[in-house]
Amino acid sequence: MSTGAQAPFGPLGVMRSWLRAGPGSGARRRGFGPPWAWIIFLLGALYFLVPLWATFLHSIKTKPDPFLAYRQVFADPKFLGGLGYSFVVGVLTIVISLLIIVPTAYWVRLKVPRLRPVVEFVTLMPFVVPPVVLAFGLIRIYGGGSPITLASTDVGLNLLLVGAYTILSFPYMYRAVDTGLAAIDVRTLTEAAQSLGSGWTRILWRVIFPNLRTALLSGAFLTMAIVIGEYTIAQILARNEAFGPYLSLLGRSQPYQPAAVSLISFALTWLAMGAIAFLGRGARQRVQVAGAR
Amino acid sequence: MAEAAAVREQGARAAPLARPRRAWSWLGLVPFFVFSTAFMFLPVAFLVLGSLRNTEGALTLENYADLSTGVIPTAFANSIEISVVTAVGGGLFGLLLAWSVILGGLPRFLRTALMTFSGVASNFAGVPLALAFIFTLGNLGFVTTLLADFGLDIRDTGFRLTSKLGVEIVYMYFQFPLMVLIIAPALEGLKQEWREAAENMGATPAQYWRHVALPILTPSILGTMILLFGNSFGAQATAFQLTGGTLNIVTLVISSQIRGDVLHNPGLGYALAMGMVAIMGVSIGLYSVLQRRAERWLRA
Repeated sequence: MSTGAQAPFGPLGVMRSWLRAGPGSGARRRGFGPPWAWIIFLLGALYFLVPLWATFLHSIKTKPDPFLAYRQVFADPKFLGGLGYSFVVGVLTIVISLLIIVPTAYWVRLKVPRLRPVVEFVTLMPFVVPPVVLAFGLIRIYGGGSPITLASTDVGLNLLLVGAYTILSFPYMYRAVDTGLAAIDVRTLTEAAQSLGSGWTRILWRVIFPNLRTALLSGAFLTMAIVIGEYTIAQILARNEAFGPYLSLLGRSQPYQPAAVSLISFALTWLAMGAIAFLGRGARQRVQVAGAR
Repeated sequence: MAEAAAVREQGARAAPLARPRRAWSWLGLVPFFVFSTAFMFLPVAFLVLGSLRNTEGALTLENYADLSTGVIPTAFANSIEISVVTAVGGGLFGLLLAWSVILGGLPRFLRTALMTFSGVASNFAGVPLALAFIFTLGNLGFVTTLLADFGLDIRDTGFRLTSKLGVEIVYMYFQFPLMVLIIAPALEGLKQEWREAAENMGATPAQYWRHVALPILTPSILGTMILLFGNSFGAQATAFQLTGGTLNIVTLVISSQIRGDVLHNPGLGYALAMGMVAIMGVSIGLYSVLQRRAERWLRA
């Protein structure tokens, strides 16, 4: 498959669309543009920004100290604990997902291209199985009375949580890695490494991983953004220390702190997306339906 | 044992040319398939088997027949209604928004701003999104009180943030940014040459859109709307936080079934989950087909 087919999402595609838009679209633009475009854009901007503004206003309603809610949040061990817990879960998810997906995508490309449709189908499955259904199945099959009971201990439940998040990360991780692999000459690099005496582990670790750095990082940031905001699975698996359930409970028990935490959560999402944009990849434009809706 | 294995291994090594090495190359995919099986296929298989058994454990299709009883038909109807409204509404508005920055002649920095914001907004969902809208359109929300100052009490109009309409307004926040992200490459893929060719043959801008641009974009637009449908259909956290679980939609019925068997029949709960998977499967399948059609025009 040529990289052309995947152009809109790879680095080449992004470059090409910049080039294409450069001189060509200049001719289309005259003055300030038609009023309709402005009206639509302003409507969209209003809808985007008003809830954020309202949340901000609500978060500083406390008197006399407008930043009391923020102070309380940062002094609350549950806030930092929740963030810390979800961060650790996110890191574990990213590591496991990369350790599984990179060798798999590499192997599919190099050795078993005929299995590509099967692997792609499996990585698409998390779109078909919504998080609530996935968690439902996990808690029942690994619950009490089953041969492997994981859902009765904290360690087991944490394991299930990381497992479920890893599954959720497969669709975009696989796509990010596969697009990354398409941009480098996997076969030549592998043969060069082999002829210099490298084994498979060394090839993957020293040759393939470093060449995929940007693709892997964008997949990792997206995974982190989703894990930190996730609520459904964490709640079903009774992981109340996670950030999502913490915020949900806070939202029902406190007046102003939830607004502060919501804004912080928005800022974190923004950071993760900004990091992806900074990496200069189109990977964030990939379809992403398995998130924290 | 170990000796026997060593001998066997030697035997295998002695005749390497007879067997193509390729036959074993699928072994490299074992970790991937084992993991997917443990954390996805087995749980789903458990739900499938459970949905085919009654409370006594005998095989039956009764659970699927029972999907037409109690709260379930309304739950499906509500979920589908919310998903269709937000997919079509969010899809159309997202399309217009993407058009306004890509082809509408707005300054270039607005396009960068919109694309960045869409990346963030399409991932900003769940609990914090629900809270943000409670502070905006809830009883004491910013917009609610602002309108009340102008003498318009939106609660008098019957509007509730916890109603279907309320949930739809909130879902839009992650629906149309996703449309913008997915449809933007398709709009960028409309070649200048096509427009010029149409203009050279005397087509008006309306005719160009009606006969050239829209037919090319239709598979992308339809496909993305179907994707938005699935996106909204599977959403749980946002609606839960917003309504406290009172809204009768499929994902919320499933989560209360997990917490306390509200359907009084585990098998029926599993059948409900399977009904959801079936609808998601159909929409993702349709999406892939349409997306493949759309990509024909995107190739350089």
